[in-house]
Amino acid sequence: MASSIRVRATSNGDITEVQALIQHPMDTGLVKDPKGEVIPAHYIQQLTFECNGKDVFVADWGTAVSKDPYVKFSFKGAKKGDDLKISWTDNKGASDTTTAKIA
Amino acid sequence: MKTRSALLLGSLSAALVAFALTSPRVVAADKVDPAADAKAFQNFFFQKFPEVKHEDFVNGPYSMNADMKRQWQEKEEFPPYEFALDAGKEMFATPFKNGKTYADCFPNGGVGIRQTYPYFDEKEGKVVTLELALNRCREANGEQPYSYVKDEMASLTAYMAFTSRGKPMDIRIPDDPRALAAFENGKRYFYTRRGQMNFSCASCHVQSPGERIRAEVLAPALGILNAMPIYRSEWSGMGTISRRFVTCNSQTRAVPLEPQSDEYRDVEYFLSYVANGLPISGPGARP
Amino acid sequence: MKRSLPLAMLLALSLAPAARAANEADYKAAYATAEAASKEAAGLRNQWTTTVTTLAAARKAADGGDFDRATAAAREAEALAKASIFQANSEKDAWKAMEIR
Repeated sequence: MASSIRVRATSNGDITEVQALIQHPMDTGLVKDPKGEVIPAHYIQQLTFECNGKDVFVADWGTAVSKDPYVKFSFKGAKKGDDLKISWTDNKGASDTTTAKIA
Repeated sequence: MKTRSALLLGSLSAALVAFALTSPRVVAADKVDPAADAKAFQNFFFQKFPEVKHEDFVNGPYSMNADMKRQWQEKEEFPPYEFALDAGKEMFATPFKNGKTYADCFPNGGVGIRQTYPYFDEKEGKVVTLELALNRCREANGEQPYSYVKDEMASLTAYMAFTSRGKPMDIRIPDDPRALAAFENGKRYFYTRRGQMNFSCASCHVQSPGERIRAEVLAPALGILNAMPIYRSEWSGMGTISRRFVTCNSQTRAVPLEPQSDEYRDVEYFLSYVANGLPISGPGARP
Repeated sequence: MKRSLPLAMLLALSLAPAARAANEADYKAAYATAEAASKEAAGLRNQWTTTVTTLAAARKAADGGDFDRATAAAREAEALAKASIFQANSEKDAWKAMEIR
């Protein structure tokens, strides 16, 4: 199974620009399936981007974030070739982690 | 308005003359003449939107609205259909229980052939679409067919479209009265008003591309299938050509036909043929 | 004669409310014609979603014993189905007006 996280991190001199796409249903717990039964809430609670042992971006998410969320941000202090570690945990205890090299 | 219709008429007659010169067949008003129809269809859009590059029509609403286009180009760096595309690639390579793969069902191993679908099958006497061919391939190999509207079918067609990206649509109409009838039937379906809203496909996608319908910008009919399948943010998922037809119908308050019914196959044949020469841009992303 | 007129009026008055409220038979007749029309529309491959939902509403009202509403819905469904049949027939030629030539 391929990773649920897609990342692209590019260094542009001082600034590193990060884009990430995460595959996740992000169910709100308010939607019913075709049989009329409520689909239980299932969403990412915390998303972390870590670079050189330091958190550079931490997001506490709730049900208001869309399915397959997309994140884009930039930060200073990293250089080409550094590792960027991305991980998420959801309300059902599931998690995923991936590491990308800054290009 | 007058100049536009005059222009249209002028170009149309030019197109007809050009066709008459290149074809030995006589052009009669009531004769089915797909080549002339395609020419007129393309010219209509080229003249209605002179500032839009011809190959840009396949990008649907983004060819009509500069602001949307910028947002889309940014999105395309990290397109939402990527997961489906990867899933499709994996599915395409995974053998069936009998050891065969999708590649065995298609010419050239199924790679780079999207632009030739749908085609007219002279043995069956009907139009065969890519989605139909995929499910027939599954059934011939003892597998259950997929739903025509989304998920697996969209992933598979996304992958096949991706391998054909940039190739010009290349639909042939054989010299067979049944093929011409299918084309004509597809054309009739496209222009026929239906549903309580009294809309035809053309009401939106010929008369009003670039205009808003609620918050959406309507796509031009020219090249509209070249971008299929699409990830629609509105659906938060992928949809196939079948899904597009079904939802269009129900939005005009017409009860949709079954996916891959004759009418849908024929209208796909018509729309694809008139987009001949325009590049495949699927899988696409739409708001 | 003079006596029969008030009598007839009395009779008419007492019958009037009964005639206004629809009963199950009225509903069944209205529903049958509506259903026939909707089948014809479906045969023309031009069923409207509103015909289907209005027919369903008629059935639901009838199941709840509200034959006034059920009959009205069935008649509306019939009108919708007739309109879709008219549309399908007129479009047999009218579509050509929209064609790009």
